[in-house]
Amino acid sequence: MKSSHLLSLLLAVVLALGGCSKPADARGEPITLLNVSYDPTSEIYTDINAAFAKQWEAKHGTKLAIKQSHGGSGKQARAVIDGLDADVVTLALAYDIDMLHDKANLLPQAWRSRLPDNSAPYTSTIVFVVRKGNPQGIRDWEDLVRPGVSVITPNPKTSGGARWNYLAAWGHAQRKAGGDEAKAREFISALFKNVPVLDSGARGATTTFAERGIGDVLIAWENEAFLLTQELGRDRFEIIVPSESILAEPPVALVDKNVDRKGTRAAAEAYLQFLYSEEGQELAAKHSFRPRSKTVAVKHASRFPTVSLFTLDEVFGGWKQAQQAHFDDGGSFDRLYVPQAK
Amino acid sequence: MHPTPLVARRERRIVSSAAPVRWLLIGVALAFLGFFLVVPLVAVFSYALQKGVGAYLAAIQEPESLAAIRLTLLAAGIAVPLNLAFGLAAAWLIARFRFRGRDLLLTLIDLPFSVSPVIAGLIFVLLFGRQGWLGPWLAEYDIQIIFAVPGIVLATLFVTFPFVVREVLPIMQAQGSDEEEAALSLGAGGWRTFVHVTLPKVKWGVLYGVSVVSGHIRGATNTLPLHAEILYNEYNLAGAFAVASLLTVLALVTLAIKKYVEWRAEAP
Amino acid sequence: MSARRRVLPGFGLTMGLSWLYLGLIVLLPLSGLFLKTFTLTWDQFFETVASPRVLAAYRLSFGAAFLAALVNAGFGLLVAWVLVRYRFPGRGLVDALVDLPFALPTAVAGLTLTTLYSHNGWYGRHLEALGIQVAFTPLGIVVALTFIGLPFVVRTVQPVLEDIDADVEEAAATLGASPWRTFTHVLLPSILPALLSGFTLSFARAIGEYGSVIFISGNMPMKTEIAPLLIVTRLEQYDYAGATAIAGVMLAASFSLLLAANLLQRWTQRRFEVRPG
Repeated sequence: MKSSHLLSLLLAVVLALGGCSKPADARGEPITLLNVSYDPTSEIYTDINAAFAKQWEAKHGTKLAIKQSHGGSGKQARAVIDGLDADVVTLALAYDIDMLHDKANLLPQAWRSRLPDNSAPYTSTIVFVVRKGNPQGIRDWEDLVRPGVSVITPNPKTSGGARWNYLAAWGHAQRKAGGDEAKAREFISALFKNVPVLDSGARGATTTFAERGIGDVLIAWENEAFLLTQELGRDRFEIIVPSESILAEPPVALVDKNVDRKGTRAAAEAYLQFLYSEEGQELAAKHSFRPRSKTVAVKHASRFPTVSLFTLDEVFGGWKQAQQAHFDDGGSFDRLYVPQAK
Repeated sequence: MHPTPLVARRERRIVSSAAPVRWLLIGVALAFLGFFLVVPLVAVFSYALQKGVGAYLAAIQEPESLAAIRLTLLAAGIAVPLNLAFGLAAAWLIARFRFRGRDLLLTLIDLPFSVSPVIAGLIFVLLFGRQGWLGPWLAEYDIQIIFAVPGIVLATLFVTFPFVVREVLPIMQAQGSDEEEAALSLGAGGWRTFVHVTLPKVKWGVLYGVSVVSGHIRGATNTLPLHAEILYNEYNLAGAFAVASLLTVLALVTLAIKKYVEWRAEAP
Repeated sequence: MSARRRVLPGFGLTMGLSWLYLGLIVLLPLSGLFLKTFTLTWDQFFETVASPRVLAAYRLSFGAAFLAALVNAGFGLLVAWVLVRYRFPGRGLVDALVDLPFALPTAVAGLTLTTLYSHNGWYGRHLEALGIQVAFTPLGIVVALTFIGLPFVVRTVQPVLEDIDADVEEAAATLGASPWRTFTHVLLPSILPALLSGFTLSFARAIGEYGSVIFISGNMPMKTEIAPLLIVTRLEQYDYAGATAIAGVMLAASFSLLLAANLLQRWTQRRFEVRPG
């Protein structure tokens, strides 16, 4: 077989499989949306997608299919920037969605204000998980820096959830010290001295804590903590809510460039609106996220203990500032591990 | 003089060691394999069956698992024959000829071995991604390479390429230098090499390298190894190990087929 | 055989095909990586690839890979020997099992090994009683890399062992050589090239390994952070150029090592070729 024939064959195979992306037809043809999300949301979106598809079909008479993609929040954002054809993104931090604008101009800079509540239809917070009986008597952030206490948290450089953990700890320490950054730095330093292992993702950290029996306390998203106790044993773990914590707002957004190209804007916008509807908010609460809707929140108040919550914006001035100060090269996290000059 | 079949198992005259030496060596070898290999494999099945056989079967029969199986088989189905065709060519070249740059060629072929899976996908993103070198051109013609099947096939080609060459090369080199033998064996060699050598050794598990180009679209662009990772990330450890054990079973099945075909071929 | 057929067919064709395929599938994508790195200035490049943390990661990744390859070389030779030269019950099954590290997704392998070796795992609880901690230490990384590289040496040495002519061994025996001498002077030289090849492949594979190591390694900066993880953290910061810089350095180092090993293998092949009498 001549090499040119082989090359053509190879190209043909590749192109045949590639094909063109199918544009959605707004005149009654089935529509497909792609929701690119982060790791723990597969269950909530299974329910939401089913409910919304039903609603859309009843209203418009056309079939709607929603495909899901899950992965680490940062990794998903990068995929969308690199061409993953998302109609909507539902990620863990606003910074990741900001990057969709900065790196690829996929949506406007002011995306966050387009939807209510900073584009976060549900929230969560950062709590602690301890072993049943709480042998170390963990009650609040200060207990995490006690000598002899072993703390599990993932690596902030590779995990979005870990960044929320880090900022929650820093935020608390800084507020307690009346805004003194140096005190916050000391606190974080002491905290990470108690961390024996830095898993690359939230799931790894949870497995380390829950399955391998390492560590006295796990710092985690509240919804993850609920999921953990449900899946891995209600009688093995307890959730401890600290005196104050950060308001974690996982945001959602329309990816303008993609929906305009594919003609799916109407459906995608309706999908995001659905998250704020009563049905959507109920589903959020069912899956351990704190709903924004006051009426729904009241119904589920017993599940979600009251915590004094501070926001990231008020303590750090926004995600870009937080990322630069703490998680980029040379940031506060890196400085924790500068080798000691001998 | 008859040509040596490509993969016949010659009956060797075995120069045996003394019995105690023999059993000691066998013992140590088996102990090593047992400790490092067998127990971990047993552990995989043990975790997979943690929630019972019913849950195991359910995890495998779930639509997303089936889609992952199909995608994995598709990617392997395209990558293996392509790699074999070129692997044979490269092995023929390296085994039979001396030329300048021979070592360079062999080293370049080995290179994907040492490319981290983290990078293996990234390079295709740098090339075909929206922000990549060919991105704008692909976008203009609405061609989707990465985050779709072609990207997965390309990444699979990349990570499995050296395996095929490295398997075929020793066989070519073990052939006599008799020209007729060699020429005949190449003709008969393609299909038989595929069935007896390449197919049983498809490296299902190495496909982690396709993770970056996959896009992780559930039911569409998740291969089996990626699907296992997804299940793990959902706290479904038993499901993750069930899917992983499936890959092991696949490998064992292809090996069994190979043994069966060989056994039939040798029957009088 | 006529004089016309002395030259084997296909040189031009296979040469062209090999380089074409290699170019398309391997070289072209890899060049994209280096092109990205070139967008950095020299200063930025050195700052990225020569920082203490990155250097520590290189040492760890290369060092652990080397140790794992050594273990695999030694035991791989033993396993190949036992499989080829002896008959024992279950031999066929064991032969089949050797390939299985390739069948397992690396992430699952990593999870399994971590669970086995952590302090309440089947192995871990006994090892820690002896004071040996495997999970979350460099030793754990070596263990994981040994697992994934296990088949290489066995599979490269097996065909060569199978092909060794019994005549040569018998000749040595009749000349009065002890089994050990026969091994070291007759057999070992002929399998040395294959052994080196297997070692190199095992080493090369282990250098870049991510999925199976990332769970067992612990990821503590300066201590148990593997180089691929640092690449991932760069990507998380959208520092693609920095990521490709670190990757490029690793790739160049791997390439040099592989080339050296291939050259060495060819030299030993020529040096120790055993011709049947």
